[in-house]
Amino acid sequence: MADHDSFTHTNPDIDVHAMGEVHEHPTWKQYKWVAVILTLITVVEVWIYYTPFKDSPLFAPVLLIMSAVKFAIVVLFYMHLKYDHKLFKALFTGPLIIAMSTLLALLFLFGKFSGKH
Amino acid sequence: MSSAVASHAHPPTSTGLDHRKIAIWAFIGSECMLFASLISTYLIYKGRSVVGPFPHEACLPPICVTALKPILNIPVTSFSTFVLLMSSLAMVLALAAVENRGKPGYEGILGSSKFWLLTTAILGTTFLGCQAYEFTSFVHEGLTIRTNLFGSSFFTLTGFHGAHVTAGVLWLLTLLSIDIKRGLQPKDALLVDISALYWHFVDVVWIAIFTLVYLIK
Repeated sequence: MADHDSFTHTNPDIDVHAMGEVHEHPTWKQYKWVAVILTLITVVEVWIYYTPFKDSPLFAPVLLIMSAVKFAIVVLFYMHLKYDHKLFKALFTGPLIIAMSTLLALLFLFGKFSGKH
Repeated sequence: MSSAVASHAHPPTSTGLDHRKIAIWAFIGSECMLFASLISTYLIYKGRSVVGPFPHEACLPPICVTALKPILNIPVTSFSTFVLLMSSLAMVLALAAVENRGKPGYEGILGSSKFWLLTTAILGTTFLGCQAYEFTSFVHEGLTIRTNLFGSSFFTLTGFHGAHVTAGVLWLLTLLSIDIKRGLQPKDALLVDISALYWHFVDVVWIAIFTLVYLIK
């Protein structure tokens, strides 16, 4: 349990990680802070659900932004995409963009943005 | 790198990247589209159920024979969301423990991949337990997959996610059994890394589901 703040994944003995995939990984300290931030955002999400802000038109956008931040944090730090090869980034973000575009297009086609439903 | 690569005998690839890791990222990309279609279906059907129970609103007579309260249980789901987030932390620590095996300072709990893999599996199982409790209580309150559009789309979406978590727990237990049998070494880090990517993906999908299904009316 020596110096956990310098706790990294970088290990020259790991062949597969030396194949151009990972150059650097977050430290233990970063992992700890990521977990704290994710927990705090979740607490805020649930807390505002029980406040009068729930009836505000800003409620959904605020929640979506917080959810997107959590999503990005997990992908960038826990999945190491921030530190990984650009091909992996392309393999994830490409389909994600297609998926999000399809989702938005379907919601638009079914009138979810018209305010009727 | 050359000696390490030679000793672990991974064949050279045209991209210089391990095919297994490319495959898991391609798989995760395809899973994004699967869950986007399921979430789209849920959102399109949201608010179109003609009979209760409803997710966020009470169902009162004459729409329902008896008055039904909103069915979603936010406290239980918030707890299970927290559990899944913490399982992701345990998973990165499991990967770090395997990669840093034998390094000074990693002989204790922090360096025990068995402990972190088991912790992740237990947290995943806890999440599944919460989901089983939720599904059971819904059925007792009159909501099944055949009751209304909300029930159909909700059980399909969260059921698919639960199936993914189940697969992830089985994967983790497989890694744990390998670790117990022969010990996972730094050269096995990719095996853990791939399972970790899958596990974190399951986590990020739940982050989206929790907001879109449970919190937003």
